[in-house]
Amino acid sequence: MGKLKERFLPVIGQAEEEGVFTTRAEDLIAWGQKYSLFAYPFVTACCAMEYMSIASPRYDVARFGAEAPRFSPRQSDLIWIVGTVSQRQAPILKRIYTQIAEPKWVLSFGTCACSGGFYDNYATVPGIDKIIPVDIYIPGCPPRPEAICDGLLLLQDKIQTRDRTPGVVKPRLDPASNPKMGITRLPRGSKGA
Amino acid sequence: MAQALIELLQTKFADAVQETHAMRGDETVVVDPTRWLEIARCLRDDDQAQMSVLVDLTAVDFPDRDPRFEVVAHFHSLGLGHRLRLKAKVGKPDGSGAQIASLTSLWASANWLERECYDMLGVQFSGHPDLRRILLYPEFEGHPLRKDYPAHRTQPLVPYREAENIEKLPPFGPDEGMPFGRRWRDWVPEEDDADELLGGSKGQH
Repeated sequence: MGKLKERFLPVIGQAEEEGVFTTRAEDLIAWGQKYSLFAYPFVTACCAMEYMSIASPRYDVARFGAEAPRFSPRQSDLIWIVGTVSQRQAPILKRIYTQIAEPKWVLSFGTCACSGGFYDNYATVPGIDKIIPVDIYIPGCPPRPEAICDGLLLLQDKIQTRDRTPGVVKPRLDPASNPKMGITRLPRGSKGA
Repeated sequence: MAQALIELLQTKFADAVQETHAMRGDETVVVDPTRWLEIARCLRDDDQAQMSVLVDLTAVDFPDRDPRFEVVAHFHSLGLGHRLRLKAKVGKPDGSGAQIASLTSLWASANWLERECYDMLGVQFSGHPDLRRILLYPEFEGHPLRKDYPAHRTQPLVPYREAENIEKLPPFGPDEGMPFGRRWRDWVPEEDDADELLGGSKGQH
């Protein structure tokens, strides 16, 4: 016990000298919210594979505090809509969304949830945002786990600043717009990008 | 192997069989739709056929033909190992009148296969215990896999939100705020070589 106290003594001494740090209550609450998101994975299709991979130890979502999946809307604050939502599933999604208590955030995972994906037909909702308001869009088919981490960090930033405008995850190295990557040269007679 | 099946049907139901072919190893028999159930029962029960599995049951829409639809059933025999495709032409050119007997009394899997066929193409199966939509919701109008269903017609079950610019959502802010370009926060990291490749300051292109 003596050894333990010895190790911590300098820290305690410093705090007593400098006093406590102050912040706004809203910032503190937002800090708590962003690092303890209870996710409701509303999973319908293949993007679930990437959700599983990000929940696993390699691409760990636990390091961001968002590991705890709660399969009840009453117990969660972040709903991940993972995968395609069909027209028949839409009322179910709307009902689940309204059952989540405020404050709530919506993360749209995969292109089918963001915009309907490659489906343009009678059966698919062309994007979740036609039914419920979305905070973060993570496009990809399926998105890389790194992109999902980007989306989650973006969401955490938005929670910290209480920003409710939607954001979209873009690729870090975007070959279409980054000439240094040198991939924009198109073969077969075209004039290039 | 399945050639024997074709011969069996031709001898037993000579008047019902309309055409046969064995192109690329797919033995196919086109029959009269009024004898559909009888022929299927023979395929299931006969010792030479022993078709124990109804693999698939669907229909094809030929809008220029009369009869319009072609109901296609695939059978497989677990005991003898051969397969057969059975077809029947039903339906008037405007899409009504597509009636054929249901195979639910012979194979239980026909229940949902026929419901899907009804849902997507509107083929009625007489004798089906519960013929209703299976993939789409009951308020849906029309049969989407027909060639005259407009390809881009959607019938939303939940009406779309009353949001500004709903077709071109989302309205992003001026800085879409990628987390790795966190220069507009309080913490500003030092410049290093990776910044050039990541698009310089702010991480935007």
